[in-house]
Amino acid sequence: MTETDGGRGPEVSAPAQCRSDAPVLVLRNATKSFGAVRALIDGSIELYAGEAHALLGENGAGKSTMVKILGGVHHPDSGVLLLDGEPITLAGPSAARIAGIAIIYQEPTLFPDLSVAENIFMGRQPLRTGRRIDRKEMNEHVREICDRLGVKIDPDQAARGMSVADQQIVEIAKALSFNAKVIVMDEPTAALSAREVERLFDVVRTLRASGAAVLFISHRLEEVFEICQRITIMRDGAFVMSAPADEMNVDAIIHSMVGRDLETMFVKSGATVGAEVLRVERLTREGVFTDISFAVRAGEIVGLAGLVGAGRSEIARAIFGIDDYDAGKVFLNGDELQARSPTAAIAAGVGLVPEDRRQQGLVMDMAIDQNVALASLSRLERLGIIRRSAEQELAADWAVRLRLKYGRLKNPVATLSGGNQQKAVLAKWLARHPSLLIIDEPTRGIDVGTKAEVHRLLDELAGQGVAVLMISSELPEVLGMADRVLVLREGRLVAELDRAEADEASIMRAATGQLAGTPL
Amino acid sequence: MTIASAVGELAPAPRPAPTPGRVWDIVLRARELGILVVIFAVFGGTTIYNSSFASSASVQQLLAGASIYALLGVGETIVIITRNVDLSVGSVLGLSAYVVGEVFLHNPNFPVPLAFLVGIGVGVVCGVVNGAIVAVARVPSLVVTLGTLYLIRGVDALVVNGVQIDPSSIPGGFIGVGVNNILGVPWIFVITAVVVLVVGYAMRTFRSNRDLYAIGSNPAAAELAGVPVRKRVFWAFVFSGAIAGLGGALWLAQFATVASTAGSGYELIVVSGVVVGGVAIFGGSGTVLGAALGPLLLNTINQALVAARISAFWNQAIAGGLLIAAIAFDRFVSLRRERNLRLRRAARGA
Repeated sequence: MTETDGGRGPEVSAPAQCRSDAPVLVLRNATKSFGAVRALIDGSIELYAGEAHALLGENGAGKSTMVKILGGVHHPDSGVLLLDGEPITLAGPSAARIAGIAIIYQEPTLFPDLSVAENIFMGRQPLRTGRRIDRKEMNEHVREICDRLGVKIDPDQAARGMSVADQQIVEIAKALSFNAKVIVMDEPTAALSAREVERLFDVVRTLRASGAAVLFISHRLEEVFEICQRITIMRDGAFVMSAPADEMNVDAIIHSMVGRDLETMFVKSGATVGAEVLRVERLTREGVFTDISFAVRAGEIVGLAGLVGAGRSEIARAIFGIDDYDAGKVFLNGDELQARSPTAAIAAGVGLVPEDRRQQGLVMDMAIDQNVALASLSRLERLGIIRRSAEQELAADWAVRLRLKYGRLKNPVATLSGGNQQKAVLAKWLARHPSLLIIDEPTRGIDVGTKAEVHRLLDELAGQGVAVLMISSELPEVLGMADRVLVLREGRLVAELDRAEADEASIMRAATGQLAGTPL
Repeated sequence: MTIASAVGELAPAPRPAPTPGRVWDIVLRARELGILVVIFAVFGGTTIYNSSFASSASVQQLLAGASIYALLGVGETIVIITRNVDLSVGSVLGLSAYVVGEVFLHNPNFPVPLAFLVGIGVGVVCGVVNGAIVAVARVPSLVVTLGTLYLIRGVDALVVNGVQIDPSSIPGGFIGVGVNNILGVPWIFVITAVVVLVVGYAMRTFRSNRDLYAIGSNPAAAELAGVPVRKRVFWAFVFSGAIAGLGGALWLAQFATVASTAGSGYELIVVSGVVVGGVAIFGGSGTVLGAALGPLLLNTINQALVAARISAFWNQAIAGGLLIAAIAFDRFVSLRRERNLRLRRAARGA
């Protein structure tokens, strides 16, 4: 298949007839918007029986939206879905399942309290006389499926306490019990160890051999080449190219995934770098991140790059004292942060702008001024009573400084647009004059205009001597804003790049484990 | 490009030793057994102190006293398993007891089995109201049943309106169910045991009942699995109401007199008993047998204190302590498991 998005990227065309048989599933030109955000502009893919097909793209390329369309969770605004050549509309998740499409999400959706067998057969348990559940038969079925998959799982075991790998196997077993023709795996290996990945791949090979079409989403290119016969690449919500795996190489893939013009919208004045503000030494949280050491100096913006699930936000949470860590130390302005709590971190001059504004950054029902004043209350109270006038004064001051667009400061913060909500979160911390600002996905869900303002703000802050640790999945943002880039992969710091040597390809290589000639 | 110098050059970061977590799986599964052991321990200990505690009359009193709580616990469990709660059971019991008494007051020859059906019917009506508001209007059950707790109590007071039901107006055959024994075992205990066994079996055996566990364990996944969530929740409330209605009839048979306060405060005793019995307050797990044993344990402790001549004040304090201990235990077990899982994964991923 040779569909492309009209020459925006490099085209690698597959031979016109690479297989004689027709595809099991075809999605063509699917689009999906959420409000003003166009999550999917051109979702197209063809899946063949007995083939594992890799779907690749950066974070936010539209892969997950496409998966949810195949799973019947989202309904495409336009586009065609063909199953065995017949057009089909999926009314919901159960319709997708009946049609023979099974989705294995990154986080398995099991019943933690119930047994493996019941998880697989919920609502469809085999019956004996009197419509009673035949547990023997049910467990026998599970053993059969496990044998077919070549795995050993006790059907009576409760799902709670199983490893993510085993839970995925249960999900796959569920798909098999439905006789699914198409099995979609959304980043199944993200949380698995090397041995578990091997087992999963054996299972995938078994599925292929039995004639199922497998759609495999992964950021690890070596895995893609090991298991997949065909590769489709997406970028910015649109189909870029599709080709057999043996006609592709790592360079071509990364180029297709990234290949966009470097945006020139970033203001970067290059502040003078001062004393060390944050030093992290060998920070470890078992199973989440390991042996992380780095420093951020005053006036410096350090970008923390990596794929989703690489442990970026988790490190931020540990520094801020939300999550405990098992080993390592955090120093602020030379002093070790002893008490591991947000209160201690705030007192030491840290501010955290979290990834999820609505849930973690703001109290949505509270007024704008109250939200802005929230971190500064100890300064605003007199005899333990918060002075409303002081709150309003503080908020009004920062609203002007950050050019906040609002109706009245007394309105709930929920009335603000996404970008202005982000400014309100920033104002909350800036009012405390922090020495270190940790900002997680600074411009997620923000319109382009306000995005530039947030970037300008970060640059100004650095100019004033604030140390900024910026987590971002948007590579242009990292490259445009950061003085240094730290790249995380699977909970480990794998590369530290200077502004001069960092580019999209070098970051993506490190983040996906494709460092040429470097043993990891 | 420079590779971060920390990688590979220094020794690996210190790693806490993983602890095995298998023992706890077994402990958790044997919850019912654990409660039985505690019941017998309390019973044995008290008997050593006061041998009359093991007399047949004392044991009968123990079993009869726990029966209605245990019965209500069965209905409550079905609701709690779906991640809901029914706080109206005490009020439903009171209304049912009064309505049955009223029936006898006007028809002294009313057939005894039908009287029980009347009680169940009253409960079903109340359960339909609860279930409809929770499942159809999607109002949190805590609020709905807190409302119906007072509402039904108010209806009860209105209906009672000062009319006292006393033993003289209730047929002896009916009272016999509440106070007589069969082969030395109180009838009321036998009825409760039969309900526990039948419902316990049904909860294990039928698809629709496994749906209840699925709903409480992971509501979103239950929807994805095609479980008719609202329908199941509705019938769970109807069932709990029916059981509370049956409890009301048994209550009348046991005490032969009803005032408008009958059964008030039962809901909290029942919920605590059920939680002590190992039913997770957030749904998804627990058995009917455990839910029946919880109230039996509380009642055994209660009676033991009386036999040991310890102030009744301790009674409630111990019930409360036990409840907190049970929840703390569950929390402890789940935190431990979570940690073990993380460590095991880390060990394997290394």
